[in-house]
Amino acid sequence: MDFGPYLILASIEGAVQAAVLALTAVGLSLVFGVMRVVNVAHGEFYMIGAVLAWWVSTSVGGHPAVGFIAALVLAPLVAGALAALCDFLILRRVDYDPESTIVATIGLLYIIQQTTLMTYGPDARPIEPPFNERIALPWVQYGENGLEWYYPWGFGTTTYKLFVIVAAILLLVGVWAVLARTRIGMILRASQLDPDMARAFGVNVDRVYALVFGAGAALAALAAVLIAPIQQAHYLMGGDPLLLSFIVVIIGGLGSVAGTVVAAVLIGMSDGVISMFFSPTLAKIIATMLVAFVLIFRPQGIFGKRVA
Amino acid sequence: MMPKGKNNSSMFTRRGALSVLGAGAAATTAPGVFGYAQAQSSEPIKIGFQVHRTGIGAAYGRWYDRTTTAAVAKINDAGGINGRPIEIVAEDDGTDPKRGAEVIEKFATRHNCDIAFGTLFSHVVYGSSPRAGELKLPYFVVSEGHHVASGALNRYTLQPGITDVKSQVQAMAPYVADNLGKKVTMIFPDFAFGHDHRDFFSAAIEAQGGEVVAKIAIPPTETSFTKYFPKIPASTEVVYHVMVGPAVLTFVKEMGEFFGPSAPQIFGFIDSLEAVDITSPGLQFLEGSYFWEGFPRYAQPNQTEFDKAYRTAVGVDDNGASVSDSADVSTYAHMFGCWETLYIIKAGMEASGYQGPADRAKLIEAVEAMSDMPESHEHPQGLKKFNGKTHQTFGLQYISKVEGGRLNLVHTTSLEDGLYEDEVDYTTKSF
Repeated sequence: MDFGPYLILASIEGAVQAAVLALTAVGLSLVFGVMRVVNVAHGEFYMIGAVLAWWVSTSVGGHPAVGFIAALVLAPLVAGALAALCDFLILRRVDYDPESTIVATIGLLYIIQQTTLMTYGPDARPIEPPFNERIALPWVQYGENGLEWYYPWGFGTTTYKLFVIVAAILLLVGVWAVLARTRIGMILRASQLDPDMARAFGVNVDRVYALVFGAGAALAALAAVLIAPIQQAHYLMGGDPLLLSFIVVIIGGLGSVAGTVVAAVLIGMSDGVISMFFSPTLAKIIATMLVAFVLIFRPQGIFGKRVA
Repeated sequence: MMPKGKNNSSMFTRRGALSVLGAGAAATTAPGVFGYAQAQSSEPIKIGFQVHRTGIGAAYGRWYDRTTTAAVAKINDAGGINGRPIEIVAEDDGTDPKRGAEVIEKFATRHNCDIAFGTLFSHVVYGSSPRAGELKLPYFVVSEGHHVASGALNRYTLQPGITDVKSQVQAMAPYVADNLGKKVTMIFPDFAFGHDHRDFFSAAIEAQGGEVVAKIAIPPTETSFTKYFPKIPASTEVVYHVMVGPAVLTFVKEMGEFFGPSAPQIFGFIDSLEAVDITSPGLQFLEGSYFWEGFPRYAQPNQTEFDKAYRTAVGVDDNGASVSDSADVSTYAHMFGCWETLYIIKAGMEASGYQGPADRAKLIEAVEAMSDMPESHEHPQGLKKFNGKTHQTFGLQYISKVEGGRLNLVHTTSLEDGLYEDEVDYTTKSF
């Protein structure tokens, strides 16, 4: 394949990955930013989202789009409610102590994963996309009549992949709008800056924490519903997104939503491009080394503020 | 109990004690003494079944389990082995080599199994076989890997019920070169099984005057594949694909999306679509493409009575899906290996007069002595020839074409097409 089409194809694949990664990582970042909880089970809420999407879309008959839209609404709600319950039952009991919450969420990871294995089973199950047309992309080359359009072999994408990119951008704008422009966003930011002062002003910080933990999980689930028609739902699918989300959040700066999005685009795109031109293993190596360098030279992340 | 000296000496001597102990030990192992008592017992023969219940091999594990259960029920109904019923002790290996070795250990030490059986994924075989050798536990694998016949394993590991990749690709290569094209791009999973494909198919297609123009290795845990396809050179005449793991459907679907309407010839190993419905949305582009099948998934017009009986016993319909759930597609091209292997174990135990773990070496020698296995209810997939020196069986391969959303058999290789020179003689290795 020629270099130009190859690069564009790699960029499209990278953009799909970046879009999904950004949503997932923003969820992780939000939880850390507000609650200072490192949620190791984040990838499992992502997985739950995909599994619920399968379940909802197969229970709802009719056109695939009906099931998909139902999944888009229900899966994040259920995953979010489950996460809020986990917050109430577990994280609150250990007083959000950093070490304890890490251990507790590791436990949650295994509980969710194994429960899924016992109920949903070990198979990967496909979810039908609401629409999925292949689009052949054109390219230009010098022919006998000068520059002319042609359709290179293998150069195309699908409408659904483009939809995932657009949908993720819209959702991220929505998250930003909620955080920056609404009263809920203000309360969140207040709880993040100084929980004691927020409490003094009458904010029910416990409820805020449950809400944030639920919202973080819901974002991961939402990302999974978007990607599931491309990748299927499987009980082990939470591992990679968790690792990549951590990479993104560390590079972007823990707790910085803007930094997370920028880092997700950086990592997702470079992963797509490097995977295609070299190898997926090299892409992971480079991403992990980037994390190491960020931790050494700029531990607060690219966009993070240094904590005194 | 400590025996006194047997001779006229009343003194306890070390030599006297040793001779008595030795005689006692000889008596216990001599055939016909304790053996008689055991032959009367109806104690079940315990077969440790290493099964991929979870992990990337789960779909295979589910069907290996059903096939094994069906074969055991059939054998037990017909009187078992040497009058003793088979008891299956199933343990999940998580499709993980480390756990595989632990499972083998559990069979030998905790469950006191007579033998171990059933593994598919080649990296699990590689991880488990050395432990089986150390524990002197006969280990019958149903894996397709070339690891057994290559000499990499040990005398306790045998693969009598399913052919290996080297034999399969050697038998298929002439068909690919003659009918589809000579410039081949290979896409394969990046572990032992895939490497067998890479190495042996490359050699086999070159022997046919063809060449492999690109080799694309994909990790078996990969979930997204579009990024690999641009590495397929445009000069490719045939794409040869073999993939495993939970994401095989995604793999094939994305391949179709990549090629669009201008796909080259496609030759796949059915592994890429085992347990997947060939009429799934997004797979329409496979129409007209070819697949290797270990055993045709769809009942063919010339179906044998053996296939019919086997299909019924396992609970598979004419489309290769479960009779109770048409969406639950079987791993038909592989799971017959469990059925046939169990019948070979039965034949081996009967030929060697197997009584218990002390006779394990005799069992292996009896299986090593086997050769021709005619097509029968015990061998529904077709006739086989077992090579006792390499511990590997040889048999027929099937090539099917996707026509009207089903796999129709277009070519059956001969047993001779898959034969190759011995690379090892396990019979010269000590027990």
